[in-house]
Formats: sequence, C-alpha cells, structure tokens
Amino acid sequence: MKNIFLFIRRYFTFLSFLLFQVIAIVLLSSASKTHQSFFASAANEVTGRINTQYSGLREYFTLKETNRSLAEENARLRNLLPANFLPATDEKKLMVDTLFRDSLGHYRKFTYLPARVVGNTYTLQANFITIERGSSQGVKKGMAVVGPDGITGVVVETSANFSKVMSLLHRNSKVSAMLKKDNSAGTIEWDGVDPGYLILKNVTKGAKVHKGDTVLTSTYSANFPARLMIGTVAEIASESASNFYTLKIKTATNFFSIQYVYLIGNVRYTEQEQLENNTQKNP
Amino acid sequence: MSSLLKNIVRFILFILFQVYILNQVPPLHRFIIPYIYFLYILWLPFQINRFLLLAISFVFGLSLDYFTGTPGLHAAPCVLIAYIRPFILSLLIPQETTEQSYIEPGRNSMGWAPYALYVSVLTFVHHFYLVLIEWLQFGNFVYFLGKVAGTTTISLLMIFLAELLFNRKGRHRANVA
Repeated sequence: MKNIFLFIRRYFTFLSFLLFQVIAIVLLSSASKTHQSFFASAANEVTGRINTQYSGLREYFTLKETNRSLAEENARLRNLLPANFLPATDEKKLMVDTLFRDSLGHYRKFTYLPARVVGNTYTLQANFITIERGSSQGVKKGMAVVGPDGITGVVVETSANFSKVMSLLHRNSKVSAMLKKDNSAGTIEWDGVDPGYLILKNVTKGAKVHKGDTVLTSTYSANFPARLMIGTVAEIASESASNFYTLKIKTATNFFSIQYVYLIGNVRYTEQEQLENNTQKNP
Repeated sequence: MSSLLKNIVRFILFILFQVYILNQVPPLHRFIIPYIYFLYILWLPFQINRFLLLAISFVFGLSLDYFTGTPGLHAAPCVLIAYIRPFILSLLIPQETTEQSYIEPGRNSMGWAPYALYVSVLTFVHHFYLVLIEWLQFGNFVYFLGKVAGTTTISLLMIFLAELLFNRKGRHRANVA
C-alpha cells in the first residue's frame, strides 16, 4: 500500500498528464460521435453571448454584401408571388392557404424561422456555425439551415437561446442532392480541402453533366425542402473504375460572410426519420 | 502588474485574438492555418508548479475548443506541450543563473538561440499532435504532412513577429529575501 502511494507521488505529474490527455480524447471522440459535448449547453450560452457582442461589431463591415443578397432573394421571391400571374379567366381564382390544415387537404410541411449568425468557422476540418436562436424559440435538432443564396447546414445542438449548426464544411456532413437538369440524385460531402468547394458523390454516369450545371437539394431529404440551391458544377472527375461521377461543386453560399439564415423545420421530420431508421435495422 | 493578473489578461487576449481574428482569416491555402494561441503556454513563468501548468493548459485549450465547437481538439496538444516544456527548458537554460533571476521564458531571459529552439520544438510538437488527432478522425496522409509543415512555418513566423512587436522586458524577479 505504501508503495502505491509512493509510486503515485513520484509520477504525479506524468499521471496527471495522462489523465488530462484521456479526458481530452474522450471529450473529442464522444463529441464527434454524437455532436454533443459535456457542459455543451452552458458553454454554448457563454460563447454565444461573447460571439453576439463581436458579430454586432463585425456586421457593419458586411452590411453592403448582406443587403445585396437579401434584396436579390426578395426579388426572386417577389417573382413567385401569385399576384404576378394572371389566371386563365377572371372568374375564378385558386388560392392556397397557409394554415396548418385547410379544407382542400393541404398540410403545412415546412416552417421558417429567421436567425442571426453570431459565430462561424471555416478553417478547421469540423466547422460549426452558431446562431442566435435556441430551444426557447422552437429550434430543434435536425432542422435545416438555409442562407439567402443557398443551403448552409443542419442544427446539431441547441441551448436556450443559441444553437450550433453543423456547417456543410464539416467532414461528417452529408446532404442528399440532385442535378437540376435531370434529377439524378447524389450526396453532397466536403473533403476538407477548400471551403469554396463541396463534393457531390454517387451521381450515376448515365447523367449528362456539364460544367456550370445547377445542383439542388433532392426530394429525398428529411430536413431540407426539395429544390433549394446548393451550388454549380465546377469540375467533373470520372473514375474509370466506378459507375459514378465525383463532381466538384462551387458553393452558392459564401461561407466567409454569412450574416442571416433561415431555420427550416419539417413538421414530419421525426416521423420520416423514425421510419427510415427502423427499416435499416431490420432488413 | 503582478504576474497572476498579467497572465489572466493574456489568457483572455490570446483566446479572443485566436477566435476572432486568426480563425476569421479566409484560408490562403488548405495547409496554412494561423495558430498563435499556444504561445500563452510558452510564456508562463519558470517557477510554476508542474501540475498547475498542466491544469492551466488544459483549461486554456478547452476554452478555445468551446468556441470552435470541437471539445478536446486543442486541449490535448496544449497539455502535451505543457508536459514537455519543463524538460526542454531544463535542457536549454543554464541552471543556476537564468531560472533564478528571470520570471518567464523570453529572448531576453534565455537569449535568441535557445529561445528560438524552445519555441520551434514546442510549436512543431503542438502542430504535429493537433494535426495527428485531426488526421486520425478524417484521414489523408499528404494532408497530414503538408499541414504540419505549413502551419508550423506560419506559426513560427507569427511568433517571431510577435516577439519583435511586443518587447517583453525580461523582468528580474523581485528580490524576496
């Protein structure tokens, strides 16, 4: 017994070094598996508050760019207004109500919530965005995050007033996507090389891809609504060994200057997710 | 300013500088990521208790991690360099004189050459371990080698500039007797 104490006393520094290393590695591995870390929500509140202070200052420098992209988005949306389109005859007009349920049997599937970006990284291999909306404003895990120009990420962690978003620039991020031209589906990932480019994998070689083709979110995704902008094809690499293209995609979103985003919640997200996960387990 | 207060202020400034300035720089190249925050650990006093040194480094790394959303990623290399630091210092400085007359490592207290060696070794170890952890998670060997080389070079350059800009006076310890 005495020897054990002597041993501990003698190697106290080394043992505490090992202890700290183990704690750090355990924290890291558990965080990369579940995207949830110890004290996460408390730490989130603190860093979120400091981030807010800083981004309040920083915002002034990108006001011009933010205004431009918001104005462009407004123009795009105004073009879609029903008032722009005349009905075939003036007698009847079909209106789609935005209530949760209407008498025609329409359901509301997606809800939108604006949010301000207060923290953003793009230099690491695992990048996150912090936004100033949390569980008390109705943010849930798995909500899609979309900027004015294109999609941005998925919510992975929420605290009372802030949420952490896994950016598309995260090595574990996966989003179902398709080519606008012929709807051939694939998966958007990031290879960690350049924050301006994503990788679109598993597009069949039957698809006729050209440089500059538009890539949208696919109809299969549970959290993203279909046909949202992701980016454009910048480079086509075809490996002769496989039946699939690997495409380099220029992101529509400029990850260096995101200021405002929308959180998109799918009302049937849990249902779809549960069904898909159950079928995987029992084939 | 007392040594404790000075180090608390430095703690906050280094974290804020890394998070809000260096991490916001759009990457020049995928291998080049500017890191300077760990200089805080290199500048801690000579006479600090070794356990305290490890604990401070852990907390320091972890507080950066909570800003970047990767708990443990920077804490592990910080603890490693904090553990190695006393060994390298004892190799590099003349035992009797320096350690007793100066408070913290610096070019004034150690001389340019030993100080440069001390900084380069610990910078290299820090980046090697940091990128190693990142590489084990995501994997790509060329990326690993290139990034260690790139980040180490840019960090050393920045530390050199920091040394030129902030002329830390190699203050002698107050003569407590």
